[in-house]
Amino acid sequence: MGRTELSGFIATLNRDLSIARREGGEAFLAVLFFVLGALLFPLGVGPEAQLLAAVSAGLIWVMALLSTLLALDRLFQADWREGTLELLVISPEPLPLIIAAKCTAHWIVTGLPMAVAAPVMALLLNLPPEGWFTLVGALLIGGLALSFIGSICAALLIGSRRGGVLMTILALPLYIPTLIFGAGAVQAAVGGYESTGHLALMGAITLSSISLCPWVTSAALKQAME
Amino acid sequence: MSDEAFLMTKHVLELSNLACRRGGRLLFSGLDLSLTEGDAALVTGPNGSGKSSFLRVIAGLIQPLQGQIHWEGQNAQKFTDNFRSALRYVGHSDGLQPVLSVLENLKYWSQIYGSSQDLKKLNRGLESVGLFDLSELPARVLSAGQRRRLALAKAIATDGRLWLLDEPTVALDRQSIKRIETAISEFRSSGGIVIASTNAPLNLSDCKALDISDYQWAEQN
Repeated sequence: MGRTELSGFIATLNRDLSIARREGGEAFLAVLFFVLGALLFPLGVGPEAQLLAAVSAGLIWVMALLSTLLALDRLFQADWREGTLELLVISPEPLPLIIAAKCTAHWIVTGLPMAVAAPVMALLLNLPPEGWFTLVGALLIGGLALSFIGSICAALLIGSRRGGVLMTILALPLYIPTLIFGAGAVQAAVGGYESTGHLALMGAITLSSISLCPWVTSAALKQAME
Repeated sequence: MSDEAFLMTKHVLELSNLACRRGGRLLFSGLDLSLTEGDAALVTGPNGSGKSSFLRVIAGLIQPLQGQIHWEGQNAQKFTDNFRSALRYVGHSDGLQPVLSVLENLKYWSQIYGSSQDLKKLNRGLESVGLFDLSELPARVLSAGQRRRLALAKAIATDGRLWLLDEPTVALDRQSIKRIETAISEFRSSGGIVIASTNAPLNLSDCKALDISDYQWAEQN
């Protein structure tokens, strides 16, 4: 196999995906949390179809944010503990590319299954069918942004003992734009309006986080090695 | 500039006036070391004297307080590409992924280091540390000594030119230490440079001895 610019990216993506496959359930716990969490709302709010329909888009998105947060811990923690991360920092491969591979793998294991599970939840939460297609699309695009933005927080919190709580405080504010446009797109589709405006803005957020976050994360990781 | 470059080419690795501070304490200062192809340096010193920090400074994981590291005449802190494709650092942690197999772990690093992923070559690397028979086992079932040997195999099988080995013999039995010594001497005869820190007896022929505590007096009071 010839060496290309992307060989480190591909090797890391393959590695992280086969780790997730071997670990089986553990990697997919976030998706389970996503589904179970959303199922609690009808029990708490009550089974009024009207009310659920009005809030379901927001609920599903909030649950997507929280589940992504839950899985962020896995992004670097194991590699840091085993000493893999410090070897990657000083490897000849560009660190941002390796981080991008890790975020992509994270999205495939969490964001992608969440988007696939979303119609089931839309059904359970009585989201009008007009919004389903947009919901899945928005979760697909937005999920990528969530993984990439989250990598910054995961890198900053490497080695901290109260990582989980701090992660929430750090990451949730950064997730707000994605939440606004993601839920907004679904609301617009449900209301019979054009949702492409919201989706385009969210796409812009996703593209800029894909291109910028790996560099920020890489700086944070280098700092963490000191 | 060209004069400087000319002087540098005599030595492949050149550390000049290196100092390192960790947690407000000056670990060493004024450390000079020049190594050329085939050279080895054995770093000794009591616990906490800065052996690991010294290797981490060279590897680029810690910023030195002052001083410079040159690799083939180039400042290794600024122009990292050439240096990093030559560098193989084996630190305290073994850098293995527990659920991946021994061979998969090795293969990943050959991809990251951009060395040949030829199966025969990887197997030869495993053989040289005595892990060939275990190549299909997940790394999590390995013993401490076997993990250490796999970590060293990552350096042995991936065409580096500079090995930084931090306590390579920890947890190794006598036979494995022999194997590592053989691997090191083969690496050196092919032009490789080795810097190893150790407190255990490691038999390297004709190597420079570097006692970190010799560089500690400078700013002590």
